[in-house]
Amino acid sequence: MSKDALRYRREKALERRSRVWSALEPVAYLLPFMVSIIVFTVYPFFNVVFMSFREGFDLLTNTDNGIGLGNYAFVLSNRDFINALTNTGIYVAVVVPVSAALAIVLANLLNRKVRGMAIFQTAYFLPMVTSAMAVGLAWRYIFLRDFGVLNQVLGWFGVDKINWLQRYPWSLYALIIFGIWSNLPFTIILILSGLQNIDETYYTAARVDGARSTRIFFRITVPLLAPTIGLVLTINTISASKVFSELFALFNGPGIGGSLFTVVYYIYEQFAKQKHAWAAAAAMILFVLIFIATMVQQYIQRKWTY
Amino acid sequence: MLVEMRSLTKHFGITQAVNDFTVTLPDGELVSLLGPSGCGKSTVLNMLAGILKPTSGQVLFDGEDVTGLPPERRGIGLVFQNYALYPHMTVLNNISFPLEIQKVPRAERMARAKAMADMVHVGNLLNRRPRELSGGQQQRVAIARALVKNPQLLLLDEPLSNLDARLRLEMREEIRRIQQKTQVTTVFVTHDQEEAMSISDHIALMKDGYLQQYDTPQELYNDPDNQFVADFLGSPPINHLTGTLLGSVFTLTDNSASFPLPLPAEGVPEGKELILAIRAESAEAAGQGEAHFTAQVKQVYTMGKEELAYLMVGTQEMRAYIDLDQGITPGITLPIRLKPRGVFLFDQVTGVRYQ
Ligand SMILES: Nc1ncnc2c1ncn2[C@@H]1O[C@H](COP(=O)(O)OP(=O)(O)O)[C@@H](O)[C@H]1O
Ligand SMILES: [Mg+2]
Repeated sequence: MSKDALRYRREKALERRSRVWSALEPVAYLLPFMVSIIVFTVYPFFNVVFMSFREGFDLLTNTDNGIGLGNYAFVLSNRDFINALTNTGIYVAVVVPVSAALAIVLANLLNRKVRGMAIFQTAYFLPMVTSAMAVGLAWRYIFLRDFGVLNQVLGWFGVDKINWLQRYPWSLYALIIFGIWSNLPFTIILILSGLQNIDETYYTAARVDGARSTRIFFRITVPLLAPTIGLVLTINTISASKVFSELFALFNGPGIGGSLFTVVYYIYEQFAKQKHAWAAAAAMILFVLIFIATMVQQYIQRKWTY
Repeated sequence: MLVEMRSLTKHFGITQAVNDFTVTLPDGELVSLLGPSGCGKSTVLNMLAGILKPTSGQVLFDGEDVTGLPPERRGIGLVFQNYALYPHMTVLNNISFPLEIQKVPRAERMARAKAMADMVHVGNLLNRRPRELSGGQQQRVAIARALVKNPQLLLLDEPLSNLDARLRLEMREEIRRIQQKTQVTTVFVTHDQEEAMSISDHIALMKDGYLQQYDTPQELYNDPDNQFVADFLGSPPINHLTGTLLGSVFTLTDNSASFPLPLPAEGVPEGKELILAIRAESAEAAGQGEAHFTAQVKQVYTMGKEELAYLMVGTQEMRAYIDLDQGITPGITLPIRLKPRGVFLFDQVTGVRYQ
């Protein structure tokens, strides 16, 4: 074979290899991520869906008494679960809007160019970098019945001592206060970034026309913030629905006599008691509820946003 | 409203944005603030609006000192470069928002907003949102919003710069029409000399925070106070022949040509570095015995109805609109006569005009 023909074949081979590589290269980059998603998210998800329908399921032997809605029937009539659903519902219904509203107000204050702002900003974001357990412990002291700061302060206003940590529903209120407080920093960051995306000239235009800050806030800032607020509500609804670790931080568990069950705590407990199918059914119910809530929110937001 | 600016000065730290700016805007006129980017036009406008507080100097509206008044008490309408229409409000709500702030009753508010929308020709778009409008339509809405509260002074900061060329021409005429209809004293900021020349009653030309000249467009063009003014106005830009004067003979810098100076030049020091500035329309082919100097024809371009010739005077280039009917082609030597208008002599270093 001539030299030229050899070179031609070599080049062809190289070209072919590079064509194969260029098709495979993206796959190679994506692979680690895809594998971990499939192993840790997709597979478990479908496994849970399946598990939730397996009546009398035993994880160790991987056996069941058949497919049906028995697990759902049990969970939905279980007192602890109803209790958990109620607590979680109240928690979400209060924590999400309140922390969003507080965050909007605080973010507006933070968005000014005032001296010493850095100190304020650090103070607000402190909860984000502090361990939840340490913070929870600090809040336990705040909530203490006899020596807690909160009761002391309330005492000045003539409020009797409240047993925040050991009496339902006060424990739920304590959980809510703690939830709002720990939700704030992240929420404020999101709102702040939304605020900073609002063009300064809208404010100048409104001010030149004589608008005061209240009107500017409600007629311009809030509507222009709508997409961000929608995002914050969605994210916080999802995360608040999964309230769980806060229970350990404040109460070492689901409160006195299990009065403070939340849905995820319930799931956790069923799991710990080897009732995997019940846990799966509860998880599915939570999933569907979050899904519905998110859809409703998206729908409302689409109507509301410009 | 008669607007007076007296020695307006604004410093931002060490940046001297505006210095000793004194201009009076006659009632009902459209006055342009013209100058290159960064020369302080917006700063002047914002001091008129009350958005910026002057470092020193005064602003007077109809003789009343308003220097300390906040924007909302000055009765002005403002149009921003990016229009700043509220994206979440419809056209109608955008226009009526200033009236809402003034707590005008709803029915009257809507009626006035609609009337204003009709005047700027967006009456058929009342329920659209800004993002559903073209640039020109947004511009009209912004003007309507600025005018709806019947301001005594309308301020427009580069209102056309976000539009494409064709729309810019159209909206320029629209702004003129609306201004003449409402007779509101208007300040129009632009860096586009052609825009300013075509739209304004008066132009204040600025450079580096200083007022260069305040005059009608024609005066500015025909009688510039200094070289910057002559250079800034006109298209193609005014020609420069650099040289010195000996007696009454103008000699180009490298001695490549010399000719008797075609304009009076009293008090010009001998040997001073000068610029003979000639507008493209001020040079023509000379008849017998009328020539001021001769030039080589390098190239001729037909630009629509006009024909532009590139000429070499000695080693220096100039452009002139010359009637090509006379068989003028590249390569020939052409006797040139300068018209009395549009020829100026400037100091090359300071830009001062000799006349
Ligand atoms: N808020 C400000 N802080 C500091 N410098 C400024 C500020 N506003 C304008 N300047 C400076 O003042 C000068 C004039 O600005 P401006 O009035 O915006 O110019 P123009 O509108 O003619 O382009 C520029 O050098 C600009 O950088
Ligand atoms: Mg500007």
